[in-house]
Parts: sequence; C-alpha cells; structure tokens
Amino acid sequence: MHKDKENWKLLIEINQDKCDFCGCCVGVCPEDAIELKEAQIGIIESECTNCSKCVWSCPVEAIKFNKDELKKQTVVMDI
Amino acid sequence: MKENYDVIVVGAGPAGSMAARFAAEKGVSVLMLEKDRDVGYPVRCGEAVSKTSLEKFITPDERWINARTNKLSFIAPNDKEVTIEFKETAYILERRIFDYELAKTAVAKGAEVLTRAYVNGLLFADGKVSGVKYEHRGEQKNASAKIVIAADGVESRVGRWAGLKTCVDFREMESCYQVTATGLELNDETCYFYFGRETAPEGYLWVFPKGNNSANIGIGISGLSGKKKSAQKYLDEFLAKKYPGVSALTAIAGGVPCSITLEKLTAPGIMLAGDAARQVNPLSGGGIASGMTGGSIAGRIAAEAIKKNDLTYISSYENEWREKVGKRHEIYDRIKNGIYGFKDEKFNSLAESFLKVPFEKRSLNQLFKAALINNPGLLLDIAKVFIGR
Repeated sequence: MHKDKENWKLLIEINQDKCDFCGCCVGVCPEDAIELKEAQIGIIESECTNCSKCVWSCPVEAIKFNKDELKKQTVVMDI
Repeated sequence: MKENYDVIVVGAGPAGSMAARFAAEKGVSVLMLEKDRDVGYPVRCGEAVSKTSLEKFITPDERWINARTNKLSFIAPNDKEVTIEFKETAYILERRIFDYELAKTAVAKGAEVLTRAYVNGLLFADGKVSGVKYEHRGEQKNASAKIVIAADGVESRVGRWAGLKTCVDFREMESCYQVTATGLELNDETCYFYFGRETAPEGYLWVFPKGNNSANIGIGISGLSGKKKSAQKYLDEFLAKKYPGVSALTAIAGGVPCSITLEKLTAPGIMLAGDAARQVNPLSGGGIASGMTGGSIAGRIAAEAIKKNDLTYISSYENEWREKVGKRHEIYDRIKNGIYGFKDEKFNSLAESFLKVPFEKRSLNQLFKAALINNPGLLLDIAKVFIGR
C-alpha cells in the first residue's frame, strides 16, 4: 500500500491494559506491523498503514482507531 | 545451548512439540524455542479433541483429561436443542498439562527446549533460511539450523520473514474469547454449540464440560462480524443471560485461522506447521489434532531431508499434508461457508425438523444433509466427508 510518509500519521492505538496478548491482530496484519513478545505489544509505526484490520479482529476491543485524530486531519474541501 | 542444530522449531505448542519429537526420533539434533515462560500456558483453546486422532500421538492420561464427551448438542436461536449421539469420544483436555507432556515426549527423543526465547528474525545463507535470531533473558543471540520449522501460531511472523504469506484474511480469522467458569449444572458427557446471528454471527458459541461443575464457555466470530461487536461483548451478553452470576476462573482471548491450509508450506530451509500453516479444521476451528499431524509430518520430513543430504526434499511435505488432511479441510471450508450464510430462521426450522427424528436415529451426517438440502454441491461434499472417506 502506498504511504505518503510526510503527511502520514499513526491512527491505531493498542490499550495495553485491555490487551490479552493473543496475537489475533498480528495474524491479520497485512504489513507485519505488530510486534508481540510474551506480554508486550506494539505497532511498528514505519510499517502500519492504518488499515484497521487489527481493530476489527481484536476479541477484546483493545485496539482502537483514533477518530478524533482523523477528524483533525480531515481537510474540508470548498467547491 | 549450542549454536548449531539440524532443526530449530519455533513454538512449543502441539504442532511444535510433534515436529521436534518426530525429527529427533530420526536422530537429528533439534532445538525448540518458546517465547512464553511456560510450555502450555497461557491456554488459548477450547480444549476439545477427538480420542482417535489424539491416541495416534500420546497415550491418554487422567492428569490431562478433564471430561469425556460422546454427545453433541446444537442450540438454535429459538432455544430449540438438538442432541446427537457422537460415534466417538471427544476429550476435553487440560492443555496446560497436556502441552507440557507433549513437549516431554519430544525431549525424551533428544530434543532440547528453551523457554522465554523470543524469535525476532531469521538468518539467511546461500539463498536459504539458515537459522534464527532470538532474544533470551534480554540478550540477542543467533542459532543456525539446516531447517527451521515455524510452529509459531496464529501470529506467525517467522514464515513471513522467509517470504511465505502467512497473513490471515481478517474475514477468515475467527476472533475468540473464552472463560473457564465454575459452579455450573452441566451434563459432563455433552458438548454444546449455540448458533445464531445474535449469539455468534459467522461462528458459534461453545460450552465444553471440564468436570467438577466447570466448563469452557467460549465464542468465535468472524473478523467481519467483529467489526460491529467484539467476541468479548457477545460472550458477556450470553453469560449474563444464560449463566448470571457465574464465576469465571480464567478468561482468555485468541484468534483461529478458519480457512484452507496455506498453499505454500515450505520455502528453502523453512517449513510451517500448526496454526501458522493454517492446519486448522475450518468448520470446527479445532487445531490440536491437525496441528499435531502437520507437525509430525514436518518433523519427519525435515529429518529425512537432512539424512538424504537433500534439503529440497522438504517440499514433499505440502503433498503429504494435502493428501492426508488438507483435502478434507477444503471440503470442510466449503461447508463452513454454506453455514455462515444461514439466517436465524434457517437454524430454527432445521432444529424443528430434526427434533422429529428419533434420538437413536440422529447423526451428524444427517444433520448436515438436512442443513444443506438446497445446496446440491455441498451435499456432495458432505457425502465425501462422511461416506467416501
């Protein structure tokens, strides 16, 4: 997936307190952008494309897509 | 710990342990690496497995068998319950002990095991995988191997680093959540399966007895369904309705790749086994027996390739797996996709009509036939599974 490196911002967040470290998100991540050790998890920002597949497949709602941040980024186009 | 092995197995679940055991048995040196501190824990599994398939690998032992079941009960959205006597026994395991014992059988054949060893990269030489990079107690280390077997589960990254496409389509990933609850009144001979859009969309909810008034109560829903509501929420709602006030002694999340086996299970110097290879029955989501089968084939073929001094021989693993198990999984996958499309009314009417069949005449085969009666192609598939085998 093409990624505009300059304007791109990570919009996916993992809540470490909710996470069960099960690996479901790692399995569905198309970019190999999630690192899971025994009970440590993190998104590899340089690889993530904000595709949200990890958000949808998380059994315990530990991963969220930051909509507020997205709104800040949205540019309203005048026609 | 040496720095050179014939075979390195990544992951000490049932697939990994069987790969290590069947390779070591042939006299090659084997190291098995496990990222967690314990083999067998945390348990991310419903723990049901058929007696026949299990006994091919290990003699049943009371220490890791919690219950023996011989009935299946399907509950439709309208609470109509159809019970079927199963021809064979399904064990409900205590996997934290079971996995441990499996690993011991690998060690008994000469394999070495290292826990808290997190594999974070591969070594390459001469155009093939030649070992692993791993972190152990905060130190970064290398270990070389002629063949690496990646049995690193649903989160498999090891295969990816070798160019194998282990990433699971999120729609085929069953997003799972399970509690082990106690204080329940249950029939310890029956496995219960709940179906329906409200209960478990594109999946099912299970209640597997563990003896002593305890049970694994879990749910798997497709990633697509999880977009709207998580597996955990579905299970919380079920528990509140069906078993209010029950105490859960453990709660665990997990993912099950419910699709056909990966097409490519090998690349130069590397083989995949277990969940990493998607050696999971896509209809039931069961992966213990098929993972052990996959691991055992991978381990044996790896050792044979080393003995023959011909590492290209590992590609024969794909064929052997497909012939022994993979083909059947392709059929199960088509049946699964048929059932995924059912509306609640279909489940209800099925249960109603099946309840008219006397208990002693009911079979799983008939139930599937009735379920897929309007789908001739799938009926043929069912015939293949239950009759033509």
